[in-house]
Amino acid sequence: MAKPMEKYTWRDLNVGCVIDEPGSSLEYKTGDWRNLLPVTDYSKCTKCGLCWLFCPDNAMKPKDDGFFGPDLDYCKGCGICAQECKFAAIQMVEDKK
Amino acid sequence: MKKVGIEVSLAIAEAAKLARVEVVSAYPITPQTHIVEHLAELVADGELEAAYLNVESEHSALSACVGAAAAGARTFTSTSAQGLELMHEILFIASSLRLPIVMVLVNRALSAPLSIWGDHSDVMAARDCGWIMLFCENGQEAVDSVIMAYRIGEDRRVLLPVAVNIDGFTLSHVIEPVEFPDQELVDSFLPPYKPLFTLNPERPVTMGAYGMPEIYTEAKYAQEMAILNSKAVIKEVMEEFGKVFKRNYRVVETYNLENSELAFLALGSINENIKTAIDILKAKGTNVGLISLRLYRPFPSEELLEVLKNVKRLMVVERAMPQGATNSPLFNELSAFAFHNGLNIIMENYIAGLGGRDVDPQEFVNIALNPFKKDGKLNYKIIGVRE
Amino acid sequence: MKIFKTLERYMEKPDAEYIASGHRACQGCAEVLALRLAFKVLGKDTILAMATGCMEIISTPLPLTCWRLPWIHIAFENTAAVASGIESAIRILTQKGKLENKKINIVGIAGDGGTSDIGFQALSGALERGHRLIYICLDNEAYMNTGIQRSSSTPYGAFTTTSPPGKKSIGQSTWKKDMPKIAAAHNIPYVATACPSYPYDLFNKVKKAKEVNGPAYLHILSVCPTGWRIPSEMAIEYGRLAVRSGVFPLYEVENGVYRITFKPESLIPVKDYIKGQGRFRHLTDKEISEIQDRVNKDWERLTKLCEITKA
Repeated sequence: MAKPMEKYTWRDLNVGCVIDEPGSSLEYKTGDWRNLLPVTDYSKCTKCGLCWLFCPDNAMKPKDDGFFGPDLDYCKGCGICAQECKFAAIQMVEDKK
Repeated sequence: MKKVGIEVSLAIAEAAKLARVEVVSAYPITPQTHIVEHLAELVADGELEAAYLNVESEHSALSACVGAAAAGARTFTSTSAQGLELMHEILFIASSLRLPIVMVLVNRALSAPLSIWGDHSDVMAARDCGWIMLFCENGQEAVDSVIMAYRIGEDRRVLLPVAVNIDGFTLSHVIEPVEFPDQELVDSFLPPYKPLFTLNPERPVTMGAYGMPEIYTEAKYAQEMAILNSKAVIKEVMEEFGKVFKRNYRVVETYNLENSELAFLALGSINENIKTAIDILKAKGTNVGLISLRLYRPFPSEELLEVLKNVKRLMVVERAMPQGATNSPLFNELSAFAFHNGLNIIMENYIAGLGGRDVDPQEFVNIALNPFKKDGKLNYKIIGVRE
Repeated sequence: MKIFKTLERYMEKPDAEYIASGHRACQGCAEVLALRLAFKVLGKDTILAMATGCMEIISTPLPLTCWRLPWIHIAFENTAAVASGIESAIRILTQKGKLENKKINIVGIAGDGGTSDIGFQALSGALERGHRLIYICLDNEAYMNTGIQRSSSTPYGAFTTTSPPGKKSIGQSTWKKDMPKIAAAHNIPYVATACPSYPYDLFNKVKKAKEVNGPAYLHILSVCPTGWRIPSEMAIEYGRLAVRSGVFPLYEVENGVYRITFKPESLIPVKDYIKGQGRFRHLTDKEISEIQDRVNKDWERLTKLCEITKA
């Protein structure tokens, strides 16, 4: 876990400010940005995976049962998955978080 | 090891070869060209196993060095004047990313008017970019400095780029006797570059991230600590160089300074002319010394204080214009330095040798005997200007 | 996952993600999507050099990074030069036995400003020198990172903050610079246009770029909902409309041979692409028909290029 920026002293930084924890941005939860939430009607879903393919945030994740579901930590609610679903299986609904 | 007569530019290329540089990236500009031409020959003849990039600008020359150094290669570039200014943006980034690139800066005047000849207006405009800066007075120093520059820059306690300054034409294009160290000895002094972080898919790192206000100050402070702390390493490397190669260097050099209350201070090859003047003065019974900053960045404060302890009058000779400042760049810095250290020294600012103008040693004799007194608007005297 | 099976034709690990979530791209950003998809094909053995721009600024606020590939950012105008340096270093270090001998993709990435304007010279130099690198231009048709200023890649008539329409201005008054053809004029082995709205076409092209021996240039239309003033969910659809209208044809130039890789049976009217985009809202029918004429001519020219360069 990286600590918050304001806690860093100059000694805590790597030489040249190199970041050696690949993918550490996972700590930053962009789910907060979301107003709309994708909700899948699994009776319509064919598990085609287009929602996963087109998600700019890699927030539509494959699940064990073969379906895909949003990762609420990162889904920004852009609505691409709902728009691109060929089977109209995904609806964007107001996110009452 | 015997001395050979060689053009200093070619000698510098040979030094880069001895340092086993792996990526050379450069763009031609007078008076730097002979260095990179000779390196191109060495690569073409298979004498130096390196990638040679004929880039399309100096900006790209340094950018490619940054990329290559980040990927783990020992890199070399060289430029002058306008080329350095075109690189300017990347100078800061090379030092902030802590990449030990070595650049030989063949000092030349800045346009306009266009001048291919030597002075220090180029390096003075780039003096505060976070690079270690060395100045050389002769060909041997240039060769030795290139080898030392890699050892200094690549030291894990340093990791900074190093600029080796040599004067355009008056040093770069003259033939001098130079002693080249044996490759074996250089190899023992300068082991292969072992970078701390590299762009390697096996261990992905992010280089060149951006800093929000909460972290930028700490990032810059860390860099400042690195360049300040580098001085100890530079001195250590110079000392070891002396042991291995039997040529001794110090960060601040002096000439005839013992028992002298009067001293010149200057950078680079103009010091050879000043030394001639000092010899003339000595023959006439006037004792004058010379202080030469071989190391300019980090500023060698303690070492300078030490040599200034008996000096009462200091004549600072600079090859750059103030450009609207109170005085020329090095003089301003020395004034602040003297003030902060409570030095009671009369300091005079002389500007000479602009755009390749020759300075007769007699001029320095005259200065020493007739101190500059401010009588007009200027806080400095330009030697030989026709008013 | 059946989609993973399909994707295995193009990539080793379809489920590998080289850009971690938590990046700060706008909602519906098709630019970061383009990279996400391209990297799936490029795979682990890849080094990225990236110009200043949206993708740089959304990805690396110290001390966090979303990159899982080695990545370096130096400045705005020098990506191709930085990538050249990396490529040269890897080549010589491998030759000297200091690095394991395996193929590494060296990829330079910049936006349309970083490519067609400020990075143009460095790019031309790198292409001419023949480095084995892939250059990706992510074209969102303006300086979006600094707040939607026009670039030479902004289309005619578009609103940007520095090409505002007004009583004496149509908006952007110049036609989009044709970067892919300029890249092709360097006679490099591979040039292609692509768009994440056509992912399989994009996969194919990244795969080819990866395999050629020499520079490859990929010009990817990256729909920007923020700058184009469209709803975020429409990012993929507008990419499709750009392609289907002929505004942004998908083609490749392989060793000088032009080939359209997606040829619609008939082009849809340009108006269908333009309407609905806030940046074109002010255009009159007459102005739109002027754009239509230009698109027709460009399409015809491209078709002819395909014919005359055919082996």
